[in-house]
Amino acid sequence: MAIRAAISDRCSKLSSSSLGARSLSSWWGNVEPAPKDPILGVTEAFLADPSPDKVNVGVGAYRDNSGKPVVLECVREAERRIAGSFNMEYLPMGGSVKMIEESLKLAYGENSDLIKNKRIAAIQALSGTGACRIFADFQKRFCPDSQIYIPVPTWSNHHNIWRDAHVPQKTYHYYHPESKGLDFAAMMDDIKNAPKGSFFLLHACAHNPTGVDPTEEQWREISHQFKVMGHFAFFDMAYQGFASGNPEKDAMAIRIFLEDGHPIGCAQSYAKNMGLYGQRVGCLSIVCEDEKQAVAVKSQLQQLARPMYSNPPVHGALVVSTILGDPNLKNQWLGEVKGMADRIIGMRTALRENLEKLGSPLSWEHITNQIGMFCYSGMTPEQVDRLTKEYHIYMTRNGRISMAGVTTGNVSYLANAIHEVTKSA
Amino acid sequence: MASTMFSLAFATPSASFSLQHNLKSKLKLGTSSQRAFSGKDFVKAKSNGRTAMTVAVNVSQFEGITMAPPDPILGVSEAFKADTNELKLNLGVGAYRTEDLQPYVLNVVKKAENLMLERGENKEVATIQGLSGTGSLRIAAALIERYFPGSKVLISSPTWGNHKNIFNDARVPWSEYQYYDPRTVGLDFAGMIDDIKAAPEGSFILLHGCAHNPTGIDPTPEQWEKIADLIQEKNHIPFFDVAYQGFASGSLDQDASSVRLFAARGMELLVAQSYSKNLGLYGERIGAINVLCSSADAATRVKSQLKRLARPMYSNPPIHGARIVANVIGIPELFSEWKKEMEMMAGRIKSVRQKLYDSLSVKDKSGKDWSFILKQIGMFSFTGLSKAQSESITNKWHVYMTKDGRISLAGLSSAKCEYLADAIIDTYYNAS
Repeated sequence: MAIRAAISDRCSKLSSSSLGARSLSSWWGNVEPAPKDPILGVTEAFLADPSPDKVNVGVGAYRDNSGKPVVLECVREAERRIAGSFNMEYLPMGGSVKMIEESLKLAYGENSDLIKNKRIAAIQALSGTGACRIFADFQKRFCPDSQIYIPVPTWSNHHNIWRDAHVPQKTYHYYHPESKGLDFAAMMDDIKNAPKGSFFLLHACAHNPTGVDPTEEQWREISHQFKVMGHFAFFDMAYQGFASGNPEKDAMAIRIFLEDGHPIGCAQSYAKNMGLYGQRVGCLSIVCEDEKQAVAVKSQLQQLARPMYSNPPVHGALVVSTILGDPNLKNQWLGEVKGMADRIIGMRTALRENLEKLGSPLSWEHITNQIGMFCYSGMTPEQVDRLTKEYHIYMTRNGRISMAGVTTGNVSYLANAIHEVTKSA
Repeated sequence: MASTMFSLAFATPSASFSLQHNLKSKLKLGTSSQRAFSGKDFVKAKSNGRTAMTVAVNVSQFEGITMAPPDPILGVSEAFKADTNELKLNLGVGAYRTEDLQPYVLNVVKKAENLMLERGENKEVATIQGLSGTGSLRIAAALIERYFPGSKVLISSPTWGNHKNIFNDARVPWSEYQYYDPRTVGLDFAGMIDDIKAAPEGSFILLHGCAHNPTGIDPTPEQWEKIADLIQEKNHIPFFDVAYQGFASGSLDQDASSVRLFAARGMELLVAQSYSKNLGLYGERIGAINVLCSSADAATRVKSQLKRLARPMYSNPPIHGARIVANVIGIPELFSEWKKEMEMMAGRIKSVRQKLYDSLSVKDKSGKDWSFILKQIGMFSFTGLSKAQSESITNKWHVYMTKDGRISLAGLSSAKCEYLADAIIDTYYNAS
């Protein structure tokens, strides 16, 4: 009823204004400014800051040791090969077949029987976000009464995705603030207490934002309990290769679940591990009972993509398939991704050592225990605000540091600032 | 008021039920994915699956999932690819082809690939990059769903097939306004006016800016004025889908005249743009959604909400196509070159229209008036062939077209006009 009142109220305002001049009343009077995205908003604030000392450890985009964005050499070579050689026709609705094939090999293993037996329904997706969203919409359409269990904490956009897909959310314990590690016991309890056949979102490696991953033994226990409970595992794998430097190793959790026979779902992104952030290229895959079901599921995934964007963008997919399809380029890529992971691991060590040398009363072990792009520092929002106001250091207010933004040039400045705001904690 | 709208947008159960109910009945008309919406079948399968789960772990959650039907437009190209007959002709998807029936990468696009330029913006327009026309429409639909829950979108009958899917998936109710008159193979203007008049105040009216898809029939300037009058009277919101700017007349400005007519009257409006056809950037997925607001303040707020809708869909849009467009439009020499290439592409289509019309007129001894082909504009022509005839022409003549009788002139070469004329005449008179 309030809608009709609002519309007629607005209508009467408009009809009383003169034609020919743009009316001061607007249809959009009730549209409030959206809250700043907690992650992307940090970069906006950073860019606006004139201080020469400013440091951006907010958004998870890799930087080199000079703090510059990196385009991988293998990507440049792929682009050289691609430029001018292809037309820009529409990809099929499901995306680039070649890119999908290579993506499945990366996630499921080169010799995966699931691939051989064509049991995986897969489409090219708009990076990790797009893959998660199509899955969330698919889940809503075919399991309309289901919910999604999401870890606490998680990448903030996960909540937006499942919310806009109208899938109700529940949380499960994950991060243990006292140890700055995994709250494994509480996590297992939540898994056991969830209704049988629940959907769970798992980070395959390099958990975002905490950097805390289960150990191999813990993954095996989780997988076992999932079998007992009949839960569905949806893996968001945004950092394959970026965690340990080795993509096979980073796929361990997924491979454990596959060994145990789970029919998983998986979102893959090339934003970080190939540095293709802006190209929006990724893959959504769902393991099915057989080839026939995989064909049906794929057709339904396409059906969801069609009214969202019709077909996915071609350029990034060409880059990925060119690289992964050429053994030399692929090797070059493996070397470069290891290089990025190694630099981050080096910065973790440096940051921890700097803090310890400054005589911090707190333990900073977690900096080197955690893995991947992010470090969950344990700092409070107030401490983060101080870092920003007093030191021009930008990070998300949950205390998440993007290690990719740390360099040999800024690590001691960063350590000093962190020490100053935490020493009396 | 804002908070009321918000809580209503994240709907109460009864509100969402009625929307779902609407969606279900609409879906009955269209695809067989109606089955997909039924939770009951799934629950049955799932409970069987769960019992089995304790014995064998490989039972899927997705037992009940059926095969989606082939897309009515994109499926045509797939069928065409599978056809081995050498006479085959693809008049299905609206992608521009040269006389040699090859895809065309514009020279200006080739030049533009590695640079980036900033463009100035009109501050009263909230614009974000969209995933071509589809993505831009979808974001707009999501904005409507969130801020105008219960408001309807009126779409033309017929319209591009994906419009319905977009509004369905965005949970925006829609209904049709009359548009195509099969008797004249032209515009049913009176019917269009009646339906727009009858719609509840504050409805969104989806208009094709130029080169209506699938009919090729556009209102005249005088008719556009009357449509604008009526929309203002009824306090509707005009929502333009501009997928063919430049492709209709050959002139970017000329083809924007409908949108500009409305904007000049001070109306707030929505415009979804695509660069798929006019810059040939189909696969790059580049377009924009624009909301022309009455103030810069409104535009700022609306833009923030557009971004917020895109974030859980794909976070940020693909960069490659955007760079190309920015360069083509931002560099004067490239922009001039684009305008020339645009004229050339539109010119080729006009000439095949003429050639097809000439062939039909010569070959058809019955004296039927085929001039609607010349009156229609843009990439498509509504031939007046029925669904059965459209199928027959494919089976017998290997001419691929969509079942609504639409042919894409972009896929026709002048060399093939006579063949097509033969096929159309034979089918029109001999196939039921």
